[in-house]
Amino acid sequence: MNNVKGFLKEYAIGAFLLLIIVIMSILKPTIFLTVGNFVNILDQVAINGILTVGILFVMLAQGIDLSVGGMMAFSGVVGAKIITVFGIPYPLAVIVVLIICVLVGCLQGYIIVNTGIFPMIGTLAMMGVLGGAAYVISKGQYIIFPDNMDISFLGQGRIGGLIPVSVLVLLIVLVVASIVLNKTFFGRYFYLVGSNSEAARLSGIQTKLVQIVSYGISGLFASFAGIIYMSRLGSGSAQIYTGGWEMSCLTAAVIGGVSLMGGEGKVIKAFIGVLIIGVLTTSMIMLGIDAYAQKIVTGIVFLAAVCFDGISKQMATNAKMKIEEPAKQAG
Amino acid sequence: MINTAPVDYYETVKSMGTILEVKNVVKTYPGVIALNNVSLDIQQGEIHALIGENGAGKSTIIKTITGAIAPDDGEITISGKSYKSLTPQISRAEGIEAVYQEFNLAGSLTVAENIFIGQKLGKGPIFNLETLFAKAKEVLSMYDVDINPAEKVRDLTIARMQLVEIAKAVARNAKLLILDEPTAPLTDNEVSTLFSIIKKLNADGVTIIYISHRLEEIFELTDRVTVMRDGQTVGTDHTKNLNKEKLIEMMVGRTLQEAFPQRNINYGAELLELKNVSGNGVDDISFKLREGEIIGLAGLVGAGRTELARIIFGADKKESGEIFVRGEKVDIDSPAIAIKHGIGFLTEDRKAQGVLLSVSVKWNTTISVLRRISGALGFINSAKEKRITNDLTNSLSIKTPSIEQLVKNLSGGNQQKVALAKWMASDSKILIFDEPTRGIDVGAKHEIYLLINALAEKGVGIIIISSEMEEILGVSDRLIVLHEGKIAGRLEKNEFSQVNVLKLASGELDKDKEAV
Ligand SMILES: Nc1ncnc2c1ncn2[C@@H]1O[C@H](COP(=O)(O)OP(=O)(O)OP(=O)(O)O)[C@@H](O)[C@H]1O
Ligand SMILES: [Mg+2]
Repeated sequence: MNNVKGFLKEYAIGAFLLLIIVIMSILKPTIFLTVGNFVNILDQVAINGILTVGILFVMLAQGIDLSVGGMMAFSGVVGAKIITVFGIPYPLAVIVVLIICVLVGCLQGYIIVNTGIFPMIGTLAMMGVLGGAAYVISKGQYIIFPDNMDISFLGQGRIGGLIPVSVLVLLIVLVVASIVLNKTFFGRYFYLVGSNSEAARLSGIQTKLVQIVSYGISGLFASFAGIIYMSRLGSGSAQIYTGGWEMSCLTAAVIGGVSLMGGEGKVIKAFIGVLIIGVLTTSMIMLGIDAYAQKIVTGIVFLAAVCFDGISKQMATNAKMKIEEPAKQAG
Repeated sequence: MINTAPVDYYETVKSMGTILEVKNVVKTYPGVIALNNVSLDIQQGEIHALIGENGAGKSTIIKTITGAIAPDDGEITISGKSYKSLTPQISRAEGIEAVYQEFNLAGSLTVAENIFIGQKLGKGPIFNLETLFAKAKEVLSMYDVDINPAEKVRDLTIARMQLVEIAKAVARNAKLLILDEPTAPLTDNEVSTLFSIIKKLNADGVTIIYISHRLEEIFELTDRVTVMRDGQTVGTDHTKNLNKEKLIEMMVGRTLQEAFPQRNINYGAELLELKNVSGNGVDDISFKLREGEIIGLAGLVGAGRTELARIIFGADKKESGEIFVRGEKVDIDSPAIAIKHGIGFLTEDRKAQGVLLSVSVKWNTTISVLRRISGALGFINSAKEKRITNDLTNSLSIKTPSIEQLVKNLSGGNQQKVALAKWMASDSKILIFDEPTRGIDVGAKHEIYLLINALAEKGVGIIIISSEMEEILGVSDRLIVLHEGKIAGRLEKNEFSQVNVLKLASGELDKDKEAV
């Protein structure tokens, strides 16, 4: 009984991904089941994948980050601006942007952790602030690069004409994040803080610092995603902050078994969540389902994943019987 | 010694009427046989003790009786009706109520609401809060419990929360009340209150199953005893036929000298000094701790023992006074800094503060030394981590199928051992143990005293807090007794006695003789 449950939890999402792929391979064998298509899917999910890894760190440490879209827009616009206006070389500009965004992320974390506001609300506000800042800096315009400058490598380049650079970057991000989370004390801290922050604090872990840093890491990955997106667009744009990024990577994370209560989540499984959304989206396009109907489908998938998370958590608490558990009702 | 004579057994059954019979119940978890053919009978109107080592299966058998878990095999018969497995609804309808090791109360609701939680009162959908309070008062006063029904449960002491749990069972007309280690978190005074309530309930016809690691209680309270070991019942007998030695032998399979082990006392340099420390409910505390010394902090609940420990450890802030570690003034404003200064603190609240339930035994054991067992790039030395954990799992005899097991799957006493392992793993020079043996069986307790002694012999300075009088008198070299946040007195080993401690703890006598 326990074994079955554990097995389902472990492999259900992998099986689900496989199922979609098999169904699509049967429905559209000629266009779906091609190397080109899979490469395209990976290319499309690269940005979501990077964002989701960032948000994973935050969620592990009992937070949530809805500001990723704002951060992406902000980083793209700031990057484009300092390159075009101040003439800072592209690689240096990227580094400057990453540093700024890590700091902004940490500041966001600092505010949330020290005021005790809900992360959901704090980062929602930050999403507005960053998106607004991007509009102000870009004056609502696309910031175009001079003709003699080519920044397309990160977002559009392909190695050997096949493997997109962004996919390679994604791969590196996944591997590094996995190693950090699984092999280093630093990574383990996110799990420890997330599973019982008071016990972790009383074991000598600086829990607030860990939580602040988690927002910094999310800021880092979001700005990285923003730089890649800038490269893809060939310009810095504030508009992209309304792209629903936070929703899609939150969905991916939850599908991938990252707990909304913290302390639980794996890079690989979160990435399978990203792939599920990517494959689902591509499939729906191939099947000619219109964009709004697509939104309904992804919304339902998100809801289902959240419900599943809630139900399994509830089963766990019922079994444990905690005193803090809010009462269902009295009388 | 162990009564297995079938004739006598069945006679008893007939003469009193069996309220509950458990037959050949089996329950397995991955890597663990928690219950291996357990059989048990409970007679109408008796107080039946269930004892056994940590992880013997006591809580698990209780959970099958209350329907919290379903057994793999076997049969449970309640008042003549047989079931393969129960649900909480069926069990409750049969009049079975349990007070678990972990309470099941809603902290943000009032006492009255908790007592009647899930019960339908009155007819309409709306009920009157006044009536609810009045009814709760009625239930509470039946057993002379003086708790305000309007109070929020989270503001109560643990002992009072427990009484609310019992009141809840009474309000549901429990016929069989199961108490799983009710006295573990209680002080001696609170224990006697609880006992008089249990006796009164029993006199009113409530059958009781009583689990405890404190063997004296078994003799004071119970009619019959069932001993469990390794998921099996070793035997059942009338309490009057048994004595402590026999019980221990049945529990652990060998005899055990229960006295506190002796150690070589050899004090070294001064490790810790508090000068006029106040704040967090403690007032003007001064004392010194040397290498190799074990100081006991005694006092009643609320005297400020835990509060003082939390200040030393930086878990709460002090308002005034100074703390010195090895003669150097230190400013400890977080546990992280305390640990840097070599201080460790085993918390009394295991579930919320002591262990991380949803991570493994290994991760829990190494949490406070993680950084030290990691290389320059932050990579955890996993061989070292395994070795540390395996060593401690063995020396504390933590019962677990593997060090990767999640702590929430361990028995209560084994979880406590994991919390201890964490501090044994740290190379702390100053260790504060708040209720170190809570929920731990007699055999393992002895082992833990030996480990504490070994630490002291290695030069670690130890502060121990315990509500068990025998323990604190047996383990400490000297005692500091607190009363309402202040030091009421200090006792040297030759002055140790229960009477002296109680006099100081109750504030009857104030003899803070040692001037600073
Ligand atoms: N959910 C679970 N998953 C895996 N193993 C479990 C689970 N629950 C209990 N066990 C195992 O079953 C055995 C019996 O546990 P139980 O809690 O019944 O012991 P106990 O006699 O109550 O001990 P204690 O005195 O420490 O409370 C233990 O080895 C424990 O690790
Ligand atoms: Mg137990």
